[in-house]
Amino acid sequence: MPPTIELKLYATLAAFQPAEAERFPLPPEASVASLLAILGIPAEVVKLIFVNGVRVDPAFRLQPGDRVGLFPPVGGG
Amino acid sequence: MRKPKNPEKFKAANKAFNEGLRRHPVTGEGLPAFGTNVLTNVINEAGAYPTYNFKEGRYADAGKISGETIAQLETERGGNPTHGCHVGCAIRCSGIFVDKDGNYITKQPEYETVWAHGGNCGICDPDVIARLDFLDDNIGLDTIEMGATIGVAMEAGLLAFGDSAGAIRLVEEVGQGTPLGRILGSGCAFTAKAFGIERAPVVKGQAMPAYDPRAVKGMGVTYATTPMGADHTAGYAVTANILKVGGDVDPLSPAGQVELSRNLQVATAALDATGFCLFIAFAILDQADTFQAMVDTLNGMYDWNLTGDDVAALGKKILSMERDFNRRAGFTAAHDRLPRYFQREALPPHNVTFDVADKHLDSVFNWE
Repeated sequence: MPPTIELKLYATLAAFQPAEAERFPLPPEASVASLLAILGIPAEVVKLIFVNGVRVDPAFRLQPGDRVGLFPPVGGG
Repeated sequence: MRKPKNPEKFKAANKAFNEGLRRHPVTGEGLPAFGTNVLTNVINEAGAYPTYNFKEGRYADAGKISGETIAQLETERGGNPTHGCHVGCAIRCSGIFVDKDGNYITKQPEYETVWAHGGNCGICDPDVIARLDFLDDNIGLDTIEMGATIGVAMEAGLLAFGDSAGAIRLVEEVGQGTPLGRILGSGCAFTAKAFGIERAPVVKGQAMPAYDPRAVKGMGVTYATTPMGADHTAGYAVTANILKVGGDVDPLSPAGQVELSRNLQVATAALDATGFCLFIAFAILDQADTFQAMVDTLNGMYDWNLTGDDVAALGKKILSMERDFNRRAGFTAAHDRLPRYFQREALPPHNVTFDVADKHLDSVFNWE
């Protein structure tokens, strides 16, 4: 089995949701930035990147099994 | 209707201010499209979504009650996910929730309401949450307080977590004034005492809202220290802790949380005194020109020469007055604390406790 990640795209980013988001192939370069490129999401529309519940930068390198949550700018309260 | 003392200045400032609200992606896009409940997925993803009376930081069924889901439901049923709660609102984060036949049930439930009656109680049916929201409004109950109270009743074994019919019955009993209803209607702290439950998520007798203070520590500082009791709106540290608005402070570390909460409490006290909606904060924290435009609307309205520094001084003065009121009502530093179990019991998935030291909590109002 090739390594996979659990991908969650929220709010307006849901439009970029791929098939099999729960078991999405880990990108060869493994960075979040390369993941965004594969998904076709312009980097500037992603404001919040969570990996296993911790906010990280686009350069963060993913591991197999990581839970990745992506958000545009959002707020409420 | 009140007229500005300097109409030209007011009109120019108001135009720039509204443009700033529309330009910022939170006030211009996210809030109108999904409402405040867009936070369900964010706070859940961050592992800070209090679930089962603050036992866990993630709710498996959060997606069933998220802002995205409810906005789609409203659109499909002929409701409206984008509605101003007053004429002329530039943000329009409210909405109209209707039942499956298109009949009006309630305004679009806010994030805290959906959390309090939803995830906090293990309930994931939007129609049940909307019904509870309507009951709260109709009886005259605060939705956060009532949801937290039902959560404590579930912890006490009065009903099971996830019991939708039971939750509706209990809120109806509050409205009927039955003996049990009177206990529940007295709030979360009172109910926990009545049933001998330690896990009452309250400060100064007021229930905490939808951000676990162990995983959003700046919020924990605000809950503990605001003169209002556990009130997220008094210093909304979720901005820099989670949303990357107005700075970036690691939510899981105690470092920097006191300063973050202090600055937000000062700014919020001033902002609340003006009557501006708190949600303008997203735009004015990030955009210096929009902050200035906000100050200029006040200057145009009253012919003042207020500066940013004056706004901070006003906020400090208000907080000191509130604290003076509390002191004379018998409150001390011992009341500026979270319940002890937040220091003792770790919250999954990050397995964190609340570890901002008491002496640091006591330094929030350091100008006094």
